[in-house]
Amino acid sequence: MNPTQWDFPVELCCRPMAFVTLTGLDVVYNAVHRAVWDAFCANRRADRVPISFKVLPGDHEYPKCRPKRTSYEWYIPKGILKTGWMNKHLNLVPALVVVFYELDWDEPQWKEKQSECATRVEIVRQSLQGRNTKVAVVLIQKKTPLPPGEDVIASERAAALCNACELSGKSLFVLPHTDHLVGYIIRLENAFYEHAQTYYYTEIRRVKSHKEFLNKTTHQLLFVRHQFKIAFFSELKQDTQNALKNYRTAYNLVHELRAHETNILEIKTMAGFINYKICRLCFQHNTPLDAIAQFRKHIDLCKKKIGSAELSFEHAAWMSKQFQAFGDLFDEAIKLGLTAIQTQNPGFYYQQAAYYAQERKQHAKTLCSHEASVMYPNPDPLETQTGVLDFYGQRPWRQGILSFDLSDPEKEKVGILALQLKERNVVHSEIIITLLSNAVAQFKKYKCPRMKSHLMVQMGEEYYYAKDYTKALKLLDYVMCDYRSEGWWTLLTSILTTALKCSYLMAQLKDYITYSLELLGRASTLKDDQKSRIEKNLINVLMNEIPDPEPDCDVLAVKTAQKLWADRVSLAGSNVFTIGVQDFVPFVQCKAKFHAPSFHVDVPVQFDIYLKADCPHPIRFSKLCVSFNNQEYNQFCVIEEASKASEVLENLTQGRMCLVPGKTRKLLFKFVAKTEDVGKKIEITSVDLVLGNETGRCVVLSWQGGGGDAASSQEALQAARSFKRRPKLPDNEVHWDSIIIQASTMIISRVPNISVHLQHEPPALTNEMYCLVVTVQSHEKTQIRDVKLTAGLKPGQDANLTQKTHVTLHGTELCDDSYPALLTDIPIGDLHPGEQLEKTLYVRCGTVGSRMFLVYVSYLINTTVEEKEIVCKCHKDETVTIETVFPFDVAVKFVSTKFEHLERVYADIPFLLMTDLLSASPWALTIVSSELQLAPSMTAVDQLESQVDKVVLQTGESASECFCLRCPSVGNEGGVATGHYIISWKRTSAMENIPVISTVITLPHVIVEHIPLHVNADLPSFGRVRESLPVKYHLQNKTNLVQDVEISVEPSDAFMFSGLKQIRLRILPGTEQEMLYNFYPLMAGYQQLPSLNINLLRFPNFTNQLLRRFIPTSIFVKPQGRLMDDTSIAAA
Amino acid sequence: NYPLYIRSTPMESELKFHYMVHTSLDVVDEKISTMGKALVDQRELYLGLLYPTEDYKVYGYVTNSKVKFVMVVDSSNTALRDNEIRSMFRKLHNSYTDVMCNPFYNPGDRIQSRAFDNMVTSMMIQVC
Repeated sequence: MNPTQWDFPVELCCRPMAFVTLTGLDVVYNAVHRAVWDAFCANRRADRVPISFKVLPGDHEYPKCRPKRTSYEWYIPKGILKTGWMNKHLNLVPALVVVFYELDWDEPQWKEKQSECATRVEIVRQSLQGRNTKVAVVLIQKKTPLPPGEDVIASERAAALCNACELSGKSLFVLPHTDHLVGYIIRLENAFYEHAQTYYYTEIRRVKSHKEFLNKTTHQLLFVRHQFKIAFFSELKQDTQNALKNYRTAYNLVHELRAHETNILEIKTMAGFINYKICRLCFQHNTPLDAIAQFRKHIDLCKKKIGSAELSFEHAAWMSKQFQAFGDLFDEAIKLGLTAIQTQNPGFYYQQAAYYAQERKQHAKTLCSHEASVMYPNPDPLETQTGVLDFYGQRPWRQGILSFDLSDPEKEKVGILALQLKERNVVHSEIIITLLSNAVAQFKKYKCPRMKSHLMVQMGEEYYYAKDYTKALKLLDYVMCDYRSEGWWTLLTSILTTALKCSYLMAQLKDYITYSLELLGRASTLKDDQKSRIEKNLINVLMNEIPDPEPDCDVLAVKTAQKLWADRVSLAGSNVFTIGVQDFVPFVQCKAKFHAPSFHVDVPVQFDIYLKADCPHPIRFSKLCVSFNNQEYNQFCVIEEASKASEVLENLTQGRMCLVPGKTRKLLFKFVAKTEDVGKKIEITSVDLVLGNETGRCVVLSWQGGGGDAASSQEALQAARSFKRRPKLPDNEVHWDSIIIQASTMIISRVPNISVHLQHEPPALTNEMYCLVVTVQSHEKTQIRDVKLTAGLKPGQDANLTQKTHVTLHGTELCDDSYPALLTDIPIGDLHPGEQLEKTLYVRCGTVGSRMFLVYVSYLINTTVEEKEIVCKCHKDETVTIETVFPFDVAVKFVSTKFEHLERVYADIPFLLMTDLLSASPWALTIVSSELQLAPSMTAVDQLESQVDKVVLQTGESASECFCLRCPSVGNEGGVATGHYIISWKRTSAMENIPVISTVITLPHVIVEHIPLHVNADLPSFGRVRESLPVKYHLQNKTNLVQDVEISVEPSDAFMFSGLKQIRLRILPGTEQEMLYNFYPLMAGYQQLPSLNINLLRFPNFTNQLLRRFIPTSIFVKPQGRLMDDTSIAAA
Repeated sequence: NYPLYIRSTPMESELKFHYMVHTSLDVVDEKISTMGKALVDQRELYLGLLYPTEDYKVYGYVTNSKVKFVMVVDSSNTALRDNEIRSMFRKLHNSYTDVMCNPFYNPGDRIQSRAFDNMVTSMMIQVC
């Protein structure tokens, strides 16, 4: 009997394999034999047949076979299953004995060897007397055998050997000792396996045959035994299906047995064994549901079979073992590839096992708490003669006794006492903790975090019972935050209570204080009297005294704890504990709130700290300090209240630092921000509240940021959602939920008291020096110093704008690209109160579009805040968006000398260039001058002089110019460059010293073409009815060829004419032909001239349309006036 | 996932039931997350038996707004079939809806409604 008496025997848990013994091998001294043996046992992988081998000497004594019973009539079995039976068939009684013998077919001394071999076989047979064990002979040969049938001597001698040994031919094997040893061995193995199977088959048959002799009344136990044996042999035979079937039958038979207090343990033990086998096989057959169902059935059947009440812990232990074993099986199956799910995994079985282990512990506690004087009985009733039991699950002091009534009550009593005393020595907690941790590992795997936490709590509690407080605290501390974050306060309180006990018993000051703080807090569901007790203890601890013991603690443990506490008290050490509260729910709540999200630097920063206690009694704190991200402010925000340690609970209603439960206390703080912090954020990094004082012990409760603990964010959310009307409170009190934490504020600069005006005439014109007048006026009461102006393009706009915008203070010269887009920190000097200052800026914008301009004025001023002199830097900025536009649009067109639009010009023939300047500016523009810069390919016909000098253009007005030009030669395809048109201009309103802006316009290219014949006409500007009108046409040949020209003049109704009506003539290259006509107008008005048609024989392209370009088609004919009025008419 | 209302009878092993309800949330969470993939509107609110223990049966129910109801009953009580449990949950849900309809009830607070209390009590009496 040992602590693991509930463990299943090894032979039950292993996988049964056919047992084969090898004899005649000398593995120690013979290298060949060694190699053979190694080949048998090395590398036994799953693909090899399941056999367990053992080397035994040839004359090994096998267990004796009991003489066969001929009749079962008078046989009364003493138990269900003998303890040695399984082991016997697994490791002692072989299915096959193999005799190895070195013998070659061509052995010269064949006869002697043969008889020696036969003797060996005989010896083996002798020792196996009565058993059905098979015998086989293996001849180890040095030579490779010839193919069967060819070696005549071999077959003859083999037959002879078989005869001599009384063996069948099938049981004689040859093992040539050659290179392919392993291959031969595997073949041998398979043959052995077959023999073994036949052996087990006959064994099964033999056991089955016993059944017929049994009768139901006296041999019930044998039914179970035989069924179990059949199943076990089937398993050895590797016939798992039949094994399972037979185990199931056996299981049913076990429960048919008549159960009584005396044999219930035996029945349960056997049922447990068989159940284990069934479940194991089910998992092996990959039918886990069957296994689970079987297990459930098993548990349901056995749950109530408690047996003797005095030994009820045994039942619990047995149940625990059942669950644990099943959990192990399940887990093993999962390792082999079975998939478990969240609701069905080994964890549940381990958990249940742990539960029964706990129950066992409880039973043991009630049943085994004997007085110390109770001695262990002597002689030991649990000792047996052999040291082991004959049958599984029987009582050592009455083995093999089947009667249901107790023959010897005295002996029984002693036996039970011995068991109880044994049980007392069992370390239950260890068992429970192991099971729980197994379960935890499983639940972790199957995504059950809460189950895991729950089990860890149980583990923690078990450690507590086991007095391993450190581990208990570690576990409990680990899971506490889960329960806290999920808001299960009842559970949290129970965990905390245990944890508090642990920390008390270990005299762990910091933990003790932390748990006390939380148990006093609002999250704890403890009753008020409990809270009062804890609060009192806490105060005691802070006053460096020993706290009262926690209730329900072990008396002995309390004694040691008190000693520990006393040591602590006397020990002078660090007595200040800083506890970060953001991770739990302490009994004081804290909220910090700045009065505003931002403060100007010239007003004091103010904020409130709100405190609220949830403990049952008022409590006094000694100090409150607030820390900021800028630590220089920390010194301003400390409240300290000197009080004697003993006064923590007394003198309650007065004092700023005394908190009355449920009441909100507001503490106002005020400080002046530093000027360096302008533009920075001031944050409360922590609020520290000190309980107790440094002479005793003190605890610093430290809130990160502006207060709030593990539960407060959820509460704030609930409060925000709530529609509940809050009860009216007196003026100086506030509702706790309505306070919103504001842990940071911005320091911003002082409000400037100056005015900045901008004066300008938008929009700006491209490239002009745009004038911007900035007027700064001080409205401050004192002198302001160091006024600086920053002006220009506002940063952060398009990068191209920065390139094309330039700012300068000097308007008299044009600025180029080297000028910046933003002028920074232009010193202006000091300003007296009311003084005004003007500054002129010039901006040049190179591109159109809108730009944001920034004008930023900064200055220094001295002020006082709270009797403190500070220098404030103030600034004011103005932004203005200025649109930039083109001052004017320039349109250019080419026209013929007749002012007809020209798409192309003809070489060497004069044409006109017309420019049209349309003012787009809303302000008047003065055109200072204009200039035409001709390209080298162009020549001017006459003087090029500006016709628009000093013209002032209002909005929408335009100025045109006209230049007569000639292009002497034909250009390439793209046309001929004309040149540039330069306009110099300025605003009419601009001052004299503002430079003139020149805008250069590139004139368009023009396409120049050759013309073969140029015709121009000389004719007066008008005609008069019935007066002769001489018209002269000049025909110029522009080619190098002699031209044949056909000329005809078509008559017109309005004219009579004289001259050549139709002619054909030749014009030499470069020469000119004149044609003279006299027209005689017949009608007045705008009349069509008789049209001149010219046909060039060499140039069919030369059409009349082209011709019409050059010569007039109509003429104004005046009516014939009276002669005396003639001159006046002409004048008109 | 924090308790809105919890009640048990008999009172002595209250803590055990609290733990049991809390651990059952694991299964509820898992069921919800696998169901989330299915069509939401066709979801069955009743989750069925959450997990078996030796002595108790734990049933779960989740509303569309993910409010969870968990019921722990003695496993020896064979009178309670799936259908009965289902109807009990429906009753609970209705009662809970009534509580929610109360304009003075702030969702997320502990339920302190007398009507809900009475309903639960009557249900408990009926079962025991």
